[in-house]
Amino acid sequence: MDLLAWTYLLVGLSFALYLGIAIWSRAGSTEEFYIAGGGVSPLANGLATAADWMSAASFMSMAGIISFSGYDGSVYLMGWTGGYVLLALLLAPYLRKFGKFTVPDFVGDRYYSNKARVVAVICALFISFTYVAGQMRGVGIVFSRYLELPIEWGVVIGMAIVFFYAVLGGMKGITYTQVAQYCVLIFAYMVPAIFISMQLTGNPIPQLGLGGDVAEGVPLLDKLDGVLGDLGFSDYTSGKKSIPDLFMITLALMVGTAGLPHVIVRFFTVPKVKDARLSAGYALAFIAILYTTAPAVAAFGMYNIIQSTSEKPIDQLPEWVQNWQQTKLIQIEDKNGDGLVQYLPDPASNELKIDKDIMVLAGPEIAQLPDWVVGLVAAGAMAAALSTAAGLLLVISTSISRDLFKTFRPDISDKKELRIARISAAGAVILAGYFGINPPGFVAEVVAFAFGLAASSFFPVILLGIFSTRVNKEGAIAGMLTGLVFTISYISYFKFVHPELNTAEHWWWGISPEGIGSLGMALNFLVCFGVSWLTPPPPKNVQELIQEIRIPKGAGQASNH
Amino acid sequence: MSPSPTKMEQYWKKNLQTLAILLFIWFIVSFGCGILWVEELNTIRIGGFKLGFWFAQQGAIYAFLVLIFVYVVRMNKLDKEFNVNED
Repeated sequence: MDLLAWTYLLVGLSFALYLGIAIWSRAGSTEEFYIAGGGVSPLANGLATAADWMSAASFMSMAGIISFSGYDGSVYLMGWTGGYVLLALLLAPYLRKFGKFTVPDFVGDRYYSNKARVVAVICALFISFTYVAGQMRGVGIVFSRYLELPIEWGVVIGMAIVFFYAVLGGMKGITYTQVAQYCVLIFAYMVPAIFISMQLTGNPIPQLGLGGDVAEGVPLLDKLDGVLGDLGFSDYTSGKKSIPDLFMITLALMVGTAGLPHVIVRFFTVPKVKDARLSAGYALAFIAILYTTAPAVAAFGMYNIIQSTSEKPIDQLPEWVQNWQQTKLIQIEDKNGDGLVQYLPDPASNELKIDKDIMVLAGPEIAQLPDWVVGLVAAGAMAAALSTAAGLLLVISTSISRDLFKTFRPDISDKKELRIARISAAGAVILAGYFGINPPGFVAEVVAFAFGLAASSFFPVILLGIFSTRVNKEGAIAGMLTGLVFTISYISYFKFVHPELNTAEHWWWGISPEGIGSLGMALNFLVCFGVSWLTPPPPKNVQELIQEIRIPKGAGQASNH
Repeated sequence: MSPSPTKMEQYWKKNLQTLAILLFIWFIVSFGCGILWVEELNTIRIGGFKLGFWFAQQGAIYAFLVLIFVYVVRMNKLDKEFNVNED
């Protein structure tokens, strides 16, 4: 069988599996649709959370980003895992005890205000839509690269699959497909990584291979520092970003992770408070397998690419370099006409352009693995994109059917609410697909938005809602709006209004737009405290609610009322 | 004069103490070892890694994992001790 046939076969099989699970786990009530009936085991929820969390970007792009930024890439590794500590210790158990269906549910009830609820819904929708457009695009890109279909076709097929299992199965269908998707994606990620690690360093465990030797007594990382240094690049193991900026970006990503509604809502699906704690641990364990492998894939990839191209004759490059040149992910242009490839930091004389996704996508070919592994990586990338897309679409549909419709029309029947949830999920799929086919030019930029907004809007308000009995409605609304407006303004100013000023000397205290969510969060905290102290404390029933969520006893099933 | 703290208040206080200790370690392994002191730690080597770089790209993640599981065990014990566990 040739490569294309293998890819069709493996991607097709994985799709058939997801559809089978969707039919088996069809949702029959709003409770099943929103939170899978609250009966997901901690282990299954951990697996599902890991798949939910790891997107097309984690799977395809993160290793490449680290390849090109070296030490600076650590902000993503620490930021996107450290958030789970905050989630497990500060939010998940209490929100599970609270026992409803959504983040706006909590904000609305704890701050006894539908205004607060609506502000929370707007944040949730904005965060989820920015994210989901990128996932749909990811599905399209995988289709076009591996299956030789136009991107549009890829997006439409991806939409159809997600439509089927998200609309039909709701949270229940999504949960069990995500479990399967995690298995597919982690297997696809690890197989090439293990073989490359073995070839380069003789150690089959990539996490150890990263610290291994490439030649007798020469560690890989030292060799990489040396090779990059000779070409005029900065050291791989030391960064270019300033310490305050590294600090603020890492913080914004951690806090943003803990505040993302599609991640938080996964902890509503387990039966008990202690399950919520445990499943956060499982989730991080499953995420850590990929996140500790990614820096190894990054270093191996960079080393391989330099070794096989730099100063080599253009007509004698390895086959995989030639293959990926056809997809434009590797571009070579002999600017000085010497017949050799020069990889240099100066864009004017650099002759080799490498797309960041190549580190993962070309892995099987670099390691000279059989064709079926290439098909497996395609199925893995698809699993990563689809699982995240489905989780986000559920947040969108729940926000509309429950947080908006049900709040203002509390008398609608369960059946009708379920129908509205399905219709809004369908609408969201179509809208996400539209953005996947016609991506707004700023998809990459809006990721900073999603994390910045989650950090500056949700996180402080949820945290204070649990750990303070004094913070009230006025404080929460003022805090959320301050964090939101500040963060949106700062990012918009540097990304859209004056992109030419987006350099360290113009940033406030050297904080890049990626890290500004941290400052937005601090402002949110300050305003929330200040305003709360100047206005009356929350009513007695809210005080009791807070005491109630602080102890695990009596969690029971999530309820509508 | 002030009434003795109720069991509930004691439970909450112990919970907060646990959180404070674990979050302090969380801060040290990531923001401390991975960012603030990375240069100093990079002068120490373990195998082919500079220690600061290892913390930033590997060690902090392992530490996060340990922290969550320590929290799980500790809280389950605390819940039982104060009889606020769920079963």
